[in-house]
Amino acid sequence: MTNAGKTRLAFAAIGALLLIIGLTQSWNVSLGILNLCLISAVMALGVNMQWGYAGLLNVGVMGFAALGGMSAVLVSQPPVVAAWNAGWGGLTVSAICFAATLATAIFCYRKLPPGRNRNLALTLVIVAGLFLTRHFLDPAISSIEAVESAKTGYLGGMGLPIILSWIFGGIVAAGIAWCIGKVALGLRADYLAIATLGISEIIIAVLKNEDWLTRGVKNVTGLSRPVPYEIDLQISPWFIDLMRWWHGSALDGLAADAQQQALKQFVIDGSSIFVKLCYTGLFAGVLVIVLLLSVRALNSPWGRMMRAIRDNEIAAGAMGKDVTRRHLEIFIIGSAVIGIGGAMLTTLDGQFTPTSYQPLRYTFLIWVMVIVGGSGNNMGSVLGGFLIWLVWIEAEPVGVWLMEVGTGWLDENNALRIHLIENAQHMRLFFMGLVLLLVLRFSPGGILPEVVKKR
Amino acid sequence: MEALTDSISALVLLLNFIVIPGLSYGSQLALGALGITLVFGILRFANFAHGDTMAFGTMVTILATWWLQAQGVSLGPLPTALLALPVGIAFTVLLLVVTDKTVYRYYRHNKAVPVTFMIASMGVMFMTNGIVRFIIGPNDQRFLDGERFIVRARDFKAMTGLSEGLSIKVSQGLTIVIAIILVALLFWFLQKTRTGKAMRAYSDNEDLALLSGVDPDRVVLVTWIITAILATIAGTLYGLDKSFKPFTYLQLLLPMFAAAIVGGIGNPIGAILGGYVIAFSEVMVTYAYKKVFIYLLPQSLEPDGLLQLLSTDYKFAVSFVILVLVLLVRPTGILRGKVL
Repeated sequence: MTNAGKTRLAFAAIGALLLIIGLTQSWNVSLGILNLCLISAVMALGVNMQWGYAGLLNVGVMGFAALGGMSAVLVSQPPVVAAWNAGWGGLTVSAICFAATLATAIFCYRKLPPGRNRNLALTLVIVAGLFLTRHFLDPAISSIEAVESAKTGYLGGMGLPIILSWIFGGIVAAGIAWCIGKVALGLRADYLAIATLGISEIIIAVLKNEDWLTRGVKNVTGLSRPVPYEIDLQISPWFIDLMRWWHGSALDGLAADAQQQALKQFVIDGSSIFVKLCYTGLFAGVLVIVLLLSVRALNSPWGRMMRAIRDNEIAAGAMGKDVTRRHLEIFIIGSAVIGIGGAMLTTLDGQFTPTSYQPLRYTFLIWVMVIVGGSGNNMGSVLGGFLIWLVWIEAEPVGVWLMEVGTGWLDENNALRIHLIENAQHMRLFFMGLVLLLVLRFSPGGILPEVVKKR
Repeated sequence: MEALTDSISALVLLLNFIVIPGLSYGSQLALGALGITLVFGILRFANFAHGDTMAFGTMVTILATWWLQAQGVSLGPLPTALLALPVGIAFTVLLLVVTDKTVYRYYRHNKAVPVTFMIASMGVMFMTNGIVRFIIGPNDQRFLDGERFIVRARDFKAMTGLSEGLSIKVSQGLTIVIAIILVALLFWFLQKTRTGKAMRAYSDNEDLALLSGVDPDRVVLVTWIITAILATIAGTLYGLDKSFKPFTYLQLLLPMFAAAIVGGIGNPIGAILGGYVIAFSEVMVTYAYKKVFIYLLPQSLEPDGLLQLLSTDYKFAVSFVILVLVLLVRPTGILRGKVL
């Protein structure tokens, strides 16, 4: 089958699955899954740029997603004025100290002749600089965290609409990716993987511990929304009218009293579906923009150059392509897309919880999406994002159901049966691994393999 | 006189909070890193599933320990888990050999690039992690029994009359002793036996080894068996010392990789050295030196801060920074391993 045919068939299948979920479970669940599918697809596109176009093995997806989440907090939360007043002096001084340390260290590295003296000087400068920075930073941090620590205890954000954080998240992730890329991109694939794995753990550690920045493990809840709240919808006349019109046929046959009751229920159910639909629209918009841009980029001379570098770095280098620079470029762009995805996810959740970032869910699952969908093929990654997220979510109820059926012959209170049913949810990790291995073995290009144009 | 006891107290503090924890954690890391380095040396890929292999071996050992405890078997002062280790090792060997036959052998025969192996190992990681969580659940499990301490802080204080106590846990003592025995056995095996020599030859130059009649399948099989033994023992010792939780074992992957690379990947001595370098830096950078300086400095100079370089939560950052420094300054690692 051609790729185009496969794409249509695969997306039709996913649509049908979502329909079935909508009809059998509920539309709320179905739309909830669809929204996360869209976000997963955006993140998978980011990984696909790095791995599929350029062959860069980034195992730090979790870190960039968390940076996106952080920026959602920093953009949308109102600033805590008291904390700013308490801490801005110390923060500024320590930032200056830190920058001076960095500058001195770089100066030493560049100007001194290599050897033991340089290493000694560098170590001294860095340790002394760190102590100096900490000397100003620590009191500033404790005074910030002392400001109503139960409610705020952090600097707060900029108080802007949260939707701006999607752009801001991309920029933050890109900035950090630039720093990481400068250090780590000269390394071979295996080292890069381990280095990025480490960086993502560090990013999470920082977000967990720097309470003054994001409240750390105290979490930030109640983030603002780009879409209306259910409660507001339920009392707006236009929404009630909309629901009356939509469910008109069902309402007509009822008595006035029952009609009022039924309408109330329809409005409550409808409001949460309406909110989810709004999110779907926004996320789909972002996905379409990212997808269009990636398709154009991949088919441009730039994309061709990237693939040439991926397939043979030495040959591409010999043709005069600046391999390191191109790698840095794509690493930054891919990370920015992942950051956008992370900001969208936190926006959807309405809260930022650093402890929820786990590598299996945020790094390796995205990798499974890209490999299974088809690395190097944008539509493939989108498909992988949809398919794997659907399987990931639905594996839980299906697994529990399978276990219940499979152990039906055992007694209700049998310890083994209870254990199997309780732990069935963890089998989805097993299935994900199985799917990844099967695809890698029998169809290494993924479901929609990369299209190589022959001319 | 008081100056002398004060400096001894400071020394005991350092011994208690840095040297002993560093030695035992370092031994655990070294055993884990040895597994990673062996797989890298022979099979030539970075094995992401290693942390979960450790978790799997530990899980089987825990289950066997519980069974033994239920039967009333115990080792007296030593933890029962030592008796259960062979069971854990046997199952882990089985797991690794099966994954090799079903997953890695195909890529090996097709001469796939290392990155493919690595992605395959991610798949294996997922599956092993799923099995472990399915069987034992994602929560903390404790399985330590027998005597808790070799030296108790209170007894030490009473014995020496110092104001600082020194405590050595049984698990820490065991870890160090077992690590020394295992490493000695491993080196004897690699240096003296025919199979060990074949493994080193294969790691050094695959084609030459094949021409000399080394059986590649046998070398790979032995590598997996040794890896299973090391991983299970390292995991069990870590579990005895801290506690068993599948997620922590996944997180051990980073310090273990760092240890293997810092020492020089593919080089067993390097893995051991790297394990201690990482462990000691983690412990030293995250320890609060306030009390030590209170003993050493006169009262007027007493520090007011905790004198902690980094909060304990940043221990990942430590292993990572060392990793990056080594990669930049000396990419082959301290003891000149292979370049990946």
